[in-house]
Amino acid sequence: MEPVTTFSGKAVALVADDVDTDQIIPAAYLKVTDKSGLAEGLFKAWRYLPDGTPSPDFPLNRPEAAGATVLVTGRNFGCGSSREHAPWALQGYGFKAVIALSFADIFRNNSLKIGLLPIVIDEASHRELLRYLEADPDTSVTVDLPNQQVILPGGRAVSFPIDGFAKHCLVHGVDQLGFILQQEESIAAYEAATPAWVNTLRPDERG
Amino acid sequence: MSQSRTLFDKVWDAHVVRPESADTPAVLYIDLHLIHEVTSPQAFTELRQRGLRVRRPDRTLATMDHSTPTTPRNALGVIPVIDPQAIAQLDRLRANCADFGIPLYELGSSNQGIVHVIGPEQGLTQPGMTIVCGDSHTSTHGAFGALAFGIGTSEVGHVLATQCLLQYRPRTCAVRVEGRLQPGVTAKDIILAIIAKYGVGGGTGHVFEYMGEAIRALSMEERMTICNMSIEGGARAGMVAPDDMTFEYVAGRPYAPKGADFEAALARWRRLPGDPEARFDKEMFLDASALAPMITYGTNPGMGMPIDAAIPSPEQLPDASSRQALDKALSYMGLAPGKPLLGHKVDVVFIGSCTNSRISDLRQVAAFFKGRKVAEGVRVMVVPGSQQVKRQAEAEGLDEIFRAAGAEWREAGCSACLGMNDDKVPPGKYALSTSNRNFEGRQGPGARTLLASPLTAAATALTGVVTDPRTMLDGVATV
Ligand code: SF4
Repeated sequence: MEPVTTFSGKAVALVADDVDTDQIIPAAYLKVTDKSGLAEGLFKAWRYLPDGTPSPDFPLNRPEAAGATVLVTGRNFGCGSSREHAPWALQGYGFKAVIALSFADIFRNNSLKIGLLPIVIDEASHRELLRYLEADPDTSVTVDLPNQQVILPGGRAVSFPIDGFAKHCLVHGVDQLGFILQQEESIAAYEAATPAWVNTLRPDERG
Repeated sequence: MSQSRTLFDKVWDAHVVRPESADTPAVLYIDLHLIHEVTSPQAFTELRQRGLRVRRPDRTLATMDHSTPTTPRNALGVIPVIDPQAIAQLDRLRANCADFGIPLYELGSSNQGIVHVIGPEQGLTQPGMTIVCGDSHTSTHGAFGALAFGIGTSEVGHVLATQCLLQYRPRTCAVRVEGRLQPGVTAKDIILAIIAKYGVGGGTGHVFEYMGEAIRALSMEERMTICNMSIEGGARAGMVAPDDMTFEYVAGRPYAPKGADFEAALARWRRLPGDPEARFDKEMFLDASALAPMITYGTNPGMGMPIDAAIPSPEQLPDASSRQALDKALSYMGLAPGKPLLGHKVDVVFIGSCTNSRISDLRQVAAFFKGRKVAEGVRVMVVPGSQQVKRQAEAEGLDEIFRAAGAEWREAGCSACLGMNDDKVPPGKYALSTSNRNFEGRQGPGARTLLASPLTAAATALTGVVTDPRTMLDGVATV
């Protein structure tokens, strides 16, 4: 994976709480066996009118939002289904970070695995950022992952928490699976020391 | 260890391969990995690209459930798949399982079904285990005192390759449910009430442990219904301390330990319940005796109310963001604030999903349907959670009752729970569903979902309008 460090990008606000992953990417798009076509389905029901034309009111469709890389949203973003297709779709569309008041657990984990930054900021800073975006939709923010800071348009730096291990992996391009694979000795020792809880399934097992 | 520990603590501690350090999360061992066609293909691709094998195919089980049709079998006894994308996805799972040596319960085979129905049914789900699946309703298996949670596809790859996950220890939340349920009120109503009370984000970062008189009184299948929707309360997992009811349910199932192994397992399982002094990071409470059947009116499972209540008005809400959310939800749902839902016409009744598609759910519905007809103009779909549930229901003659009442009796699968296969609710139509999510478009683009219990679904199917099952209990056996 490409290391993620510091970047600046245009922000777009989707002011809503509890945005679920069914909205981020509807089930009809989950029939792929790779990651293709997901960006097309991003926020499908909100982005398009029933006749298939873009919904002019949806924030991502406004001309100023073209090329946005930071999504600013409300509380509990990404709740519901565990589909990693949701962060894949956001990333495929061009987003590098989502700034929110909170995230659902699985969405946050999934995003960190693929380098889409789930950034939680405090309410006052969140309000400030939304005010900037309202005043000037063509607003950029800077995300500095090594220092765990978002630089608001006015220049104020806001700290954000992030899982330290995930940060290390993202900043240095370290692969998490590689890390677990290195634990082979401990895993084998654990398996040897633990009684089998499950009767072994056989590969030739057929329902 | 002298410190008092919760059920969760005991299961977690027993699976730590490498403890959490200042710089790294814990490496947690996974006892059972369930996979299905939708969230696994990209993980297998990753394994192939890196030249990795599946570490423990013998602790991995695959099934086909999400993109599969539930249309009745053809003359050859085959369930026909028509959607080319679904065919490709199912073929891919078949090839992945064959190449990596993973057992697969294929569409149409005798043990196929919704992934969270087949684990417990086969005795694969056992107390004290860690269980994961690329599916958020993996929390269902927590009903057995297992630590079971949903993961994303990257993590599916991690577990395939290493049988382990990197995890930080979550916080714990005790969910106490005291009192006894009144007739016509069910486990589904308990969990809908908890989510309505504490919100869809109330459990974020926590593992729920359900406890109290009302939980102890529930059957295993009812406990599964509750644990299933833990994720709808924001918790990744929900657990119930195992007891004799749990052990009896597991005993004798195909993958349950046998003979001396079972006795040894039982001795371990009996030590799992939390110590009396164990502390939780958070507590929630619900009085089951005061509960009415619950129903949702909005577009997330937290937007629920007693079935005889009026839909809340945005003005009653304390803050702007919840007012805006309710406004948006009611406009999607085509419902008016301040109005009752009772008597509202429905177009579809869906009885199924990993929340409520087990044999006890179907028996309850059949008890309501027996000798009666579903209302004119309402499509009623009854979808068993697995082929085994289907056979059991047919052995008991429930299918005859469903058909005679005018309901559809279908093949096993996720069906209309998620709008991914052929079973969908048409745009703008109202579905009363026993499933777990009422998100916009969840049951099909534009579909409007009201979540409720199987009893409420059955009563509503018979009248064609949202109906309180308590008004129809006369003459209904077994409820
Ligand atoms: S029945 Fe619904 S919630 Fe359950 S696994 Fe299937 S799609 Fe998911």
